[in-house]
Amino acid sequence: MYKYDEYDHAMVAARVAEFSDQVRRRLAGEITEDQFKPLRLMNGLYLQLHAYMLRVAVPYGTLDSRQMRMLAHIARKYDRDYGHFTTRQNIQYNWIKLEDAPAILEDLASVEMHAIQTSGNCIRNISSDQWAGAAADEITDPRPWAELLRQWSSFHPEFSYLPRKFKIAVIAADEDRAAMRLHDIGIQIVEKDGVHGAAFYVGGGMGRTPMIAPLIKDFVPLEDMLSYAEACLRVYNRYGRRDNIYKARIKILIHELGADEYRRQVEEEFAHVKSLGIDPPKAEFDRIAKQFAPPALNASAPDAIDRSDPDFAVWVDQNVAAHKVPGHAIVNISLKPIGGIPGDASSAQIDLMADLAERYSHDELRVTHAQNIVLPHVRKADLYAIWQALDAAGLATPNLDLISDIIACPGLDYCSLANARSIPVAQKIAARFSDLGRQKELGELKLKISGCINACGHHHAGHIGILGVDRKGTENYQLLLGGSGAEDVSLGTITGPGFDEDGIVDAIERVTDRYLAERSEGERFVDTFRRVGMAPFKEAIYG
Amino acid sequence: MVEHLQTGGEEPCVTLDAFLEQSNATAVRLEPDEDARALIPFLDRLALIEVAFPKFRDGRGYSSARILREAGYTGELRAQGDVLVDQIAYMKRCGFDSFAPEKPLNPTDVEAALTRWPAHYQGAADGAVPIWKLRHG
Repeated sequence: MYKYDEYDHAMVAARVAEFSDQVRRRLAGEITEDQFKPLRLMNGLYLQLHAYMLRVAVPYGTLDSRQMRMLAHIARKYDRDYGHFTTRQNIQYNWIKLEDAPAILEDLASVEMHAIQTSGNCIRNISSDQWAGAAADEITDPRPWAELLRQWSSFHPEFSYLPRKFKIAVIAADEDRAAMRLHDIGIQIVEKDGVHGAAFYVGGGMGRTPMIAPLIKDFVPLEDMLSYAEACLRVYNRYGRRDNIYKARIKILIHELGADEYRRQVEEEFAHVKSLGIDPPKAEFDRIAKQFAPPALNASAPDAIDRSDPDFAVWVDQNVAAHKVPGHAIVNISLKPIGGIPGDASSAQIDLMADLAERYSHDELRVTHAQNIVLPHVRKADLYAIWQALDAAGLATPNLDLISDIIACPGLDYCSLANARSIPVAQKIAARFSDLGRQKELGELKLKISGCINACGHHHAGHIGILGVDRKGTENYQLLLGGSGAEDVSLGTITGPGFDEDGIVDAIERVTDRYLAERSEGERFVDTFRRVGMAPFKEAIYG
Repeated sequence: MVEHLQTGGEEPCVTLDAFLEQSNATAVRLEPDEDARALIPFLDRLALIEVAFPKFRDGRGYSSARILREAGYTGELRAQGDVLVDQIAYMKRCGFDSFAPEKPLNPTDVEAALTRWPAHYQGAADGAVPIWKLRHG
């Protein structure tokens, strides 16, 4: 894991001091809310329906037990004893007082954390593969590159007042666990002739105009990565639309210019930017990479798992993934208990996960974009003890990637942008499909719910997606089928007229029943949908 | 170090179009949607470039400033308009060396803003040595 040095500490401390001063000037009435808004947003503070919401950055989703415990502490001391893990691998707190924010940021700084650029029209927290450093299919650990990008993008003087927010993801495996091509810039570390480089996909995103990022450059030498990113951003900062907030993301610019013309402009800018010497030397990359060195795992640790407890065996089959080192495993902790709020965890649960990470997972945890938690480096021999502890804390729901492992935005229960509630719909769907045998029969089925067109719940990328809209003053839910945020990236298609809250649950049941009737051997829901198309599902839903 | 805070132009700036059409003016004003690169052939005879910030949220002027400095401009580079104390540190990093805010700034706040940062993660147009270089000598 990356550890701050004196410079990193000093920079975060300066930011806390700066924001404390800004809050003081705001509370004293020296700056207007309009002037304060972008400042608080760049420190993760939103004004929501009922209170301020603070979004804390978890860079590339990686944290240690000390940091995790601090997240629990903040939930206990400043909020209502829980936190909400987000689709950007961050955590947010829903009930924060503005005057507490500087103290919270100081507490975070004490464990090398912050809320810098978790909101605002700037470069946001860099996201990555939650199995980085543990997955067998990666060609390298993407996180050192993500950390390099984090530092480059922090307090970037040219790119802090962009047309709109800007999200970057970095992965290094063909299996895409980070929805890379639905980011403003998606970077995949690839190998060509034995050398690693960066493939740049630019202009993806969800929101009201979802787009899959086109490939802009298939192989950027890694020593040019920051220059290339700087060139991509400078073209966007100069030419991205500022006349209409809904057309201000880079995807619209690239769509309007065409990928070829955007690429031409970036290449021209890059030729210039590369001469400025902004790329750090390899020694800096090596300094960072050393801190992500794989933990010392004993490859001759026993590989067998005692499956005599049937409940444990079910959990192992669903929530435990293969690790690159024999005798080890990746534990995925579901934050999606039936009837719960997707992504929420109590301070006691957060503390427990920290304890388990410290004891069993080389002090590491990950937050996933699907709003779950990962213990990345666990001995198989310890799985039973981990499961028992999780089970006792309500954290052993064996539903990873099943229909009840739902991504949902906070929706109208919290969010000032939302048109409809997301959480009750997620709860009703989970309840309808609560029988685990039924969920397993349906297999991998990624269901994602957004409470408005901004798509924080990734509904475009759901195998089944739900979009809540406001229809003449009542909540109405549209159904989408066939999306994916993975390496088989695709955007879902709306089935037809929407439904009320109970109607959408019934419609999903008709869709899944139809899938079971239509599917061929080995097909996931989304595979069947792609093969047979919308018509049979439409017929099942609307008759 | 407090930069000089302007309250109005002592030398009238001409528009970019006017400058490109005639002129032997030595001061020119760039609007957010104007291409700073159009000035590159003339940088050595310009003494003042004023970059307009009609709204502080519009960040195009930051790129204009860097482009001009990166092209070798050494004259005065002024941020004019909705220039607020919480943006001037970034403006300075992008190469601005004077500020003409529409509403006067509190000098104490300006001093604090410009001396706040102990170092910088990335290279920009202010000549500051980035942290990665400090780390590796």
